Amino acid sequence: MHPNKTDPNVAPPARTGFRAWLNHRMGLDDLLRITLDEPIPGGACFAYIFGSGLLFIFISQVITGIFLALYYVPSADHAHTTVAYITKAVTAGSFLRSLHAYGASAMVVVLFLHLSQTYIYGSYKGRRELLWLSGCMLFGLVLAMAFTGYLLPWDQRAYFATAVGTNAVSEVPWIGESIKRMMRGGTEMGTLTISRFFVAHVFFVPALIFGLLASHIFLFRKVGAAGPVSEDPFHPKLKAEPFYPRQVLMDLSLTALLIAGLGLLCFFVPMKLGPPANPADAQYIPRPEWYYLPIFQWLKYWHGSAAIIGVLVIPTIIVAAILALPFLDRSVERRPWKRPIAMVAYAFVVFVLLGLGLRSQYLDRHDNSVAQQLAKQNNEEDEYARKPFEPELSAASLAAANVTLADPLAAKGKTIFEANSCNACHGDGGVGTAAAPALIGVTAKFSPDQVAELFKHPTAKMTAGGMPPIDLHPDDVKALIAYVESLK
Amino acid sequence: MAESANRPGDADPLPPLEDRRSFLGALLGLGSVFVGGLLSVPLIRFALFPLLRRTTELKSSPVGELTEFSSLTDPVLKTIQIEQVDGWRKTISEKAVYVTKDSHGQLRVLSSICPHLGCTVPWNKEKNEFICPCHGATFTPHGGRVSGPSRRGMDTLETTVQDGQLRVRFQYFRQLVSDKEVIG
Repeated sequence: MHPNKTDPNVAPPARTGFRAWLNHRMGLDDLLRITLDEPIPGGACFAYIFGSGLLFIFISQVITGIFLALYYVPSADHAHTTVAYITKAVTAGSFLRSLHAYGASAMVVVLFLHLSQTYIYGSYKGRRELLWLSGCMLFGLVLAMAFTGYLLPWDQRAYFATAVGTNAVSEVPWIGESIKRMMRGGTEMGTLTISRFFVAHVFFVPALIFGLLASHIFLFRKVGAAGPVSEDPFHPKLKAEPFYPRQVLMDLSLTALLIAGLGLLCFFVPMKLGPPANPADAQYIPRPEWYYLPIFQWLKYWHGSAAIIGVLVIPTIIVAAILALPFLDRSVERRPWKRPIAMVAYAFVVFVLLGLGLRSQYLDRHDNSVAQQLAKQNNEEDEYARKPFEPELSAASLAAANVTLADPLAAKGKTIFEANSCNACHGDGGVGTAAAPALIGVTAKFSPDQVAELFKHPTAKMTAGGMPPIDLHPDDVKALIAYVESLK
Repeated sequence: MAESANRPGDADPLPPLEDRRSFLGALLGLGSVFVGGLLSVPLIRFALFPLLRRTTELKSSPVGELTEFSSLTDPVLKTIQIEQVDGWRKTISEKAVYVTKDSHGQLRVLSSICPHLGCTVPWNKEKNEFICPCHGATFTPHGGRVSGPSRRGMDTLETTVQDGQLRVRFQYFRQLVSDKEVIG
């Protein structure tokens, strides 16, 4: 008979071989035991599957996010091109990007289900205040991830939605404008905004999530699973069933559903990438992602002096009430039918959120000009999606092209520069070589007359370096100087 | 698991782990490995994209119509536009090349970059030679080495003819060595 059957404190007999060595070094068996033997009062149940589902999506987001960073560049110049490259050129790029983007939506959905289950089952009761608080903070962080990640593709949709989102923040009295500038990295949206959102999305918020997630799981194991609504939140009385195997299988069923659902969605309806952000587009109608629609609609109702109530007072009260819930609701009653106030409050919040979201949709559909513009924007996205990937022209090529096009005098100078083999020593485009210095910026140090004089009579140092005096027609000298001036 | 085992309501001690590491466990393990493997396929394809496709590409550039060079006697300087694709960006730059004829009368395109230290080599019509202004390396009209510090003749570029048009693939070559060696 196994010693564990009689005394759970006695360790199982030592294994032999590699596994014993590994366990001796890592305590792998103990870790597995702690994980799989987690007691679930009242037995396994499908209502408890959302937490591990969230963990799965989070890990998926981390992995797909890291891979997307292989090609992504966070700058207003390149962000859209690199996302277009991922979507249109890189193998499986569209699929991975879709997985990451739809993953964000899936995260919000499963998070809502997890929160609802916790609330309806009264699972926040009985020494679970910190567990609840860490969960609430994680909810906020997930929404922050969704908000910051949305901007990164830098297409029309992303740009204008974030412009509206950051503008809404400025409605907060006194400090709103400062927060907005802090978020944007200036008064306007630009490349500094992308840097800030990228750092928040990739380093700052994920670090907080990792920390809070660890504490959330630790606190959960510390106070134990809450079990069914009939269970005492402080002193579990029901017979417990270990996490493995039945609850593991139930949890895995949600994971399988998520994999299948997201996989099919990403394969058949890949995430769209619209045309690049054009801040000058005065007609674009911004719309946030679906989970931000209720807030978007809510903010429409509050303007002027009343804004403080809608933007600051009411949201603060709601957030404070949610955070303080386990401190305010001290009763041990967990059965929903015995907690009418809590249930009515829940139904009310869900109803308001749903109502606001649907109202926003309804208004868009029933305002002809808005509906037309939104349809037009949609068409533009589809049209852009059909175009093949076009590489971005690097800045160096543009400078060379501009010279020949913009200033005929400089263009003439370029011909003279090359015909006289100036580029032999000073390099193409005057970038400089081992034989002679760069000419870029020379005209900032010397006036055109001084440069002309140096052409005719080079200094001793120049002559020693191999610079011959230039004997050209004054018009050609002028052209040559114009060309040197144009060098960048 | 002393903590959980001592909890009230947890009447029966848990059966030992070994007894439950059964067929189901093996099945779950295999299933996880399979699904994990399946999910990593797009990730691997995504990361290995540069192995499967060209991500950098030097496109061939038009030099001019063949008819333009039919009565060529001296080497003629041509400025070509090179389009270099580098992942998601491309660079268009201009380079000077010489169109000349080899001893068999075949068209040949030479890089104007001196194989010695990289100066642009001008054609000297009076002396019927290429003479590098930097260190005096000289080359024949076909680009062959005559004298001076260069250890090889001027570099011949790969040419193609497409729809009556001479095209060239511009490349950089290592300097200061006697054999033509592509860089990059």
